[in-house]
Amino acid sequence: MHVLEPGHTFKSITDKIANIVLRRPVTLGWVAGFAISFGVMQILLLALAYLLFRGTIIWGINIPIGWGFAIINFVWWIGIGHAGTLISAILLLLKQSWRNSINRFAEAMTLFAVACAGMFPLVHTGRPWLAAYWLFPYPNSMGVWPQFRSPLIWDVFAVSTYFTISLLFWFTGLIPDLATMRDRAQNRWARGIYGLLAMGWRGSARHWKRYETVYLLLAGISTPLVLSVHTVVSFDFATSIIPGWHTTIFPPYFVAGAIYSGFAMVLVIAIPIRKYYGLDDMITMRHLVNSAKVMLATGLIVAYGYVMEVFAGFYSGNVYEKYLTLNRFEGPYAPFYWALVFCNVIFLNILWFKKVRETPIYLFLVSLVVLVGMWLERFVIVVVSLHRDYMPSQWGIYVPTRWDYLTFIGTLGLFASAMFLFIRIMPMISIFEIRTLLPESKVKAEAEVKH
Amino acid sequence: MEPIYGLMAEFDTPTELVEAAKRSYADGYRKMDTYSPFPIEEASEAIGFHKDRVALIVLIGGLLGGLSGYLLQYWINVINYPLNIGGRPYHSWPSFIIVTFEMTILFAGISGVVGMLALNGLPMPYHPVFNVPRFKEATNDKFFLCIEAADPKFDRADTERFLASLNATNISEVPH
Repeated sequence: MHVLEPGHTFKSITDKIANIVLRRPVTLGWVAGFAISFGVMQILLLALAYLLFRGTIIWGINIPIGWGFAIINFVWWIGIGHAGTLISAILLLLKQSWRNSINRFAEAMTLFAVACAGMFPLVHTGRPWLAAYWLFPYPNSMGVWPQFRSPLIWDVFAVSTYFTISLLFWFTGLIPDLATMRDRAQNRWARGIYGLLAMGWRGSARHWKRYETVYLLLAGISTPLVLSVHTVVSFDFATSIIPGWHTTIFPPYFVAGAIYSGFAMVLVIAIPIRKYYGLDDMITMRHLVNSAKVMLATGLIVAYGYVMEVFAGFYSGNVYEKYLTLNRFEGPYAPFYWALVFCNVIFLNILWFKKVRETPIYLFLVSLVVLVGMWLERFVIVVVSLHRDYMPSQWGIYVPTRWDYLTFIGTLGLFASAMFLFIRIMPMISIFEIRTLLPESKVKAEAEVKH
Repeated sequence: MEPIYGLMAEFDTPTELVEAAKRSYADGYRKMDTYSPFPIEEASEAIGFHKDRVALIVLIGGLLGGLSGYLLQYWINVINYPLNIGGRPYHSWPSFIIVTFEMTILFAGISGVVGMLALNGLPMPYHPVFNVPRFKEATNDKFFLCIEAADPKFDRADTERFLASLNATNISEVPH
C-alpha cells in the first residue's frame, strides 16, 4: 500500500490541496455540516451562560462526588488531543513518512480538543474570572501564591504549555503552506490575509535550514511533553489516597488510553474527509490501516491496565481497594463498567481482522465505539471511586443533570465547528511535506545525472 | 546601492538547482540564495550555509525556562510565603520538578520559533525577489537561484552568461 498514490507531480499536489480551499465553491454539504455543528455549539453557550448565572449547582456534583462531568470531559478531550502530537512529533522523530498527510489536521484536532478540555476545569472552578490568581503565580494584592505541591497546579502548567507548544508547532508547520496559498489566491483579501500570516516566507535555502532545525527540535521537545501531559493528568488522581486512584499504573495507562482515543478521533475525522474531498490518493488505506494498528496496540495496553487494576485490587489485601473492585463489578454504576469492558476489552479485538482494518466504514464505526469506551472509562474512574470511599456515612450517588449533558454535547459542537472552519480556510494536508514524498524531490547524485 | 538586486535563474528540478548552486559557489560567488518549494538539505550546503545557530537558542531558552520555573517556586515557597503543607519541607524539590520541566519545554519551544523567525528576518513584508513575476512558482513547483548584485564578483553581463551556462530554463533581472 502506498503513502501517496502514484501519478502525482509537485504541481498536482499543490493544486489538489490548495484548490480545496481556494477554488472549490462552498458546497451544500459543508454548509449543512457547519450549520449543524454551529447550532450545537449554541447549546454550549446557553449552558455556560446559565452556569455563570446559577453556579455549579446546576450540575449533578456535590460532596462526595465533586468532580463529575467536568473532569470526565476534561480528561476525555485532552486524551483525544494526544494523537495529534503523537503523529506530528513522535512519528516525525521515527521518520515515519506516512504521517505527512495526516499531521496537519491531526494537529488542528489537538488544538481544538485541548481548547474544549481546558474550558472544563476553568468553569468547574465556578468563578473562572478569579481563576487567574488561583492558578497562575500572579502577584496579587493579598500576597498569596498557588500551592506548588498540588498536582492541580502541575496540571495548569502542563496543559497551558501543551496548548502553547501545539499551537507553535501547528503554525510553524503552516508557514510554507501559507506562502503557497498567498501565491495562488486570486481574491485580493485572501492573498492579503495569507500573505500576512506567511510573514513574507520565500523558501530561501537559509530559511529552510533554520526552519528544519526548529521543526525537528519542536518535535523533540513535544515528545516528552505529550507524554508528560497525560501523566500529570493522571497525577491528579494518583497522588490522592482515594481507593482506585492511588496507583502507580495510572501514568502509562492514561497515556496509552489518550493515544488510543486520539487515533479513534483521527479516524472519525479522516474517513469522511477523504471520501468527501476525494483525498483517498493522499490519505490512503495505508494511513487508515496504520492508525487502526496503533489503536489496537494502545487499546490492548489499556485493557492490560484494567486487568492489573482488578488484580491489584484483590492482591493488595486492602479492604477498601478490594471493595472498590467489587463495587465496580456490581455496584450502582456496574452497567457503566461492563459497557466499558465491552468497548475497550472485547469489541476492540475486532481490529485483529484484516477485513475490518481495511474497510473504512467498519473502522469509522469501531472508532466511535472506542470514543464511547474511553469516555466511559473516565466516568468509571472519577465517579465509582469518589462515590464510595472509606466511610459509609460519606457515601453518595452522582446523577448527571441535563446541564451536564448539554455542556458536554455543546463542546462536541464547538469542536466540530472549529474543524469545519479549519478545512475550509487552511490547507488541511501539509503541502510541502507531501512534496517531499515524491521521488523527484530527492537530489540525485552526480553519477546519476550524467547519463 | 546597486541598480538591481540581482539575477534570478529558474530550474525545473532540485537536482539541477543544487548542481547550479554548487557551480556558482565553485566559481567564486558567495552572496546568493536558492528558493525552493520544500526543504532541500543539499541546497544550503551548496551555497555554503552550514551553521544555523537555532539549536543553541533553543538550549539557552530551555535552560532559562527551567531555571526560572524552579527559582520561582523556590522563592514563593521558601522565601516569600512559606506554607506548611502536611509537614513537608519548604524546599520540597520533588514536587517542583513538573513545573520546572514544563517551563523548560515552554521556553525552549517559544525561543526556538521566535529565534528561527528572527534569524530569518521574518516577518518581512517586502523583499525584492517577489518582483520577479515567475517567482510565485517558488512555492509551487519551480526552483530558483539568485545571485545578488552585492556580490563582489557580480557583473551584469558576465553573471548572466554564467547562469545561462547552467541550464536554467529562464533568467530574469530582480529589480529593487
